[in-house]
Amino acid sequence: MHMHKLEKIWLILGISCLIIFLTTVGVSAFYLGNKPPSCLTTIDSEKVDTTKPFDKPGLHKVEGKEWDYELVYVASAFSYNPAKVEVPLGAKVKVIATTKDVIHGFEVAGTNINMMLEPGYVSEYTTTFDKAGEYLIVCNEYCGSGHHLMFSKIEVVK
Amino acid sequence: MINSYGAKAKVDPKDAKLSMAHFFVAFGALALGGLMGLLQTLVRSGKFELPLGIGYYQVLTAHGVLMGLVLTTFFIMGFQYAAVSRTAGTHSNAARTTGWVGFWLMTAGTLMSGTMILLNEASVLYTFYAPLQAHWIFYLGLTLVVVGSWVDGAAQIMTYAKWRRNNPGKPSPLLSFMAVINTVMWIVATIGVAATVLFQLLPWSLGLVDRVDVLVSRTLFWYFGHPLVYFWLLPAYMCWYAIIPKIIGGKIFSDSLARLSFILFLLFSIPVGFHHQLTEPGIDPAWKFFQVILTFMVVIPSLMTAFSLFATFERYGRGKGAKGLLGWFKVLPWNDARFIVPFIGMASFIPAGAGGIINASNQMDQVVHNTIWVTGHFHLTAATSVVLTFFGISYWLVPHLTGRKLTKAMNKLGIIQAWVWFIGMAFMSGAMHIQGLLGGPRRSAFSTYGDSQQALDWIPYQIAQAVGGTILFLGIILVVIIFINLAFFAPKGEEEFPVGEAENLDEKAPMVFENWKLWLGILTALILFAYTIPFIDIIQNAPPGSKGFKTW
Repeated sequence: MHMHKLEKIWLILGISCLIIFLTTVGVSAFYLGNKPPSCLTTIDSEKVDTTKPFDKPGLHKVEGKEWDYELVYVASAFSYNPAKVEVPLGAKVKVIATTKDVIHGFEVAGTNINMMLEPGYVSEYTTTFDKAGEYLIVCNEYCGSGHHLMFSKIEVVK
Repeated sequence: MINSYGAKAKVDPKDAKLSMAHFFVAFGALALGGLMGLLQTLVRSGKFELPLGIGYYQVLTAHGVLMGLVLTTFFIMGFQYAAVSRTAGTHSNAARTTGWVGFWLMTAGTLMSGTMILLNEASVLYTFYAPLQAHWIFYLGLTLVVVGSWVDGAAQIMTYAKWRRNNPGKPSPLLSFMAVINTVMWIVATIGVAATVLFQLLPWSLGLVDRVDVLVSRTLFWYFGHPLVYFWLLPAYMCWYAIIPKIIGGKIFSDSLARLSFILFLLFSIPVGFHHQLTEPGIDPAWKFFQVILTFMVVIPSLMTAFSLFATFERYGRGKGAKGLLGWFKVLPWNDARFIVPFIGMASFIPAGAGGIINASNQMDQVVHNTIWVTGHFHLTAATSVVLTFFGISYWLVPHLTGRKLTKAMNKLGIIQAWVWFIGMAFMSGAMHIQGLLGGPRRSAFSTYGDSQQALDWIPYQIAQAVGGTILFLGIILVVIIFINLAFFAPKGEEEFPVGEAENLDEKAPMVFENWKLWLGILTALILFAYTIPFIDIIQNAPPGSKGFKTW
């Protein structure tokens, strides 16, 4: 099988770019800690309301952890609990969320917080809120006839 | 001559009839699905409400099923069945009967699932994620579509195997080889969706079992969901690699490299489903990244494809005496719908592929996951690159099969149609990409989310999508007019089924390419490597299963 010289050069360039690209993504994920949300904790989706920390949804200050606050959400068709929270500017927050019924999305529009909520699983993502203003949380996975009415708000305040 | 191209220049009328049967269903699905798409963009603009209590998500389910599953599967099976008949010889009676059985199974399944969607018993979108629970007839219908496609594909494999028996030691005709690669990939991939539907969703919707393991079901779905898009794409590649060179009067750059790239697509399309599950809990991030790496391997055959297509164009142009760096570009047959319609599709694949790289880039997916960016992405890949190529194919294939001619008027209308499509898609897909980057979710009806400023900022883009959707619907009306003309009204005559020849006929494709034990062995090993450990983890660490929900 014959390969044209220019095609060889083209493929070597392309594959080199690919290796550089994947290395960058891999180093960012595993060395700098930017992995996509992949929490492995499970939960009984029918006992969410009585399982910690979901028995107390909302923002909680924590001590002695790598983050300052835990922000706990319980999703169900077609709402999030809490419906609105205020987060201090610059706070490092671990968002912890789960669903009581079907699959929902959890996306804080305009940020990198974007994760699937699946029955039986806990989803987590740690981030710093470093810009003041109102942020919209939208359900971005179809969950039923009221899917587009499912939202919550975060107010980042000074 | 190594390949018996042209030995049988016309598809047998009996085979033509079965191909046309597929195309009637495919174009019917396109017309209906297109109307559903128009309605969605109008609703989401906020200026229009659906009458008669029809639900937005019901329309959305119909659009996805009709366009993503029915149009594509029927068109591809009809096209590949004709391509095998044309290049490997007329199908035997047994193969043809097998094809018809497959066709009717798929049609019956489509009608069953379609009825349930119409009755609002299955507004679960075409991805039907558990624990949303549709009527069992919906799942049974989808099973029949998949099983029917296996039977339908078996007809192509039978004729390919017959050719191999009759021509020992010779590489099979390129188009037949490519059709069989795609059919084999489809069969291996659909095992995943068949498993979740047959063993999980069907018994659960019938009430035989109470609960379903959601993550197992999603993982099986996405084992199928990614190769699904390559199943759409490879027939377009068949046209670009092996048919377009003949249409422009050039040669296939390299028969062997074309085969190699198809084998690479077969190997690297399947063990990569986790890149659709990057933001999900319950899957180890190391395994996600491993599948991301495998996903990116398809960059290699994609680069090979881009190189060969443009090499064919350049060599043809220079052969015509074109001068300068880009002079060859001007002499391409821009007035031939059979060329320019797929060419617009081909060109759209450049931004479409770049967007796909972003989606699959592990943590970068968080920026766009389940935003309307993703919808914009696959309306460039599937709904532009693939679909325009399918339109371009049908402009010569339909008259070839019906014994008619593509007239000058229809050729011109075909070119207009492609530009209308391109303009409509530039508005719609462009606006979707931008709105997605701003966070706008996909698969959602119009909402201001409690008058949130962010959501209000999305509305202009939603209006742009409705403008684009309206232009695209005009494009659908045009293509349906052309299809009906070519099927029933165009003047009788002979339209060529173009099949390209390799530039270097002395270079025989290595027979290792036809060693199915080898390639299926490597494919199985890759799939087992990518899935075994994470799949065992998912099952061993499973939470209690979910009961069904009907939230629509």
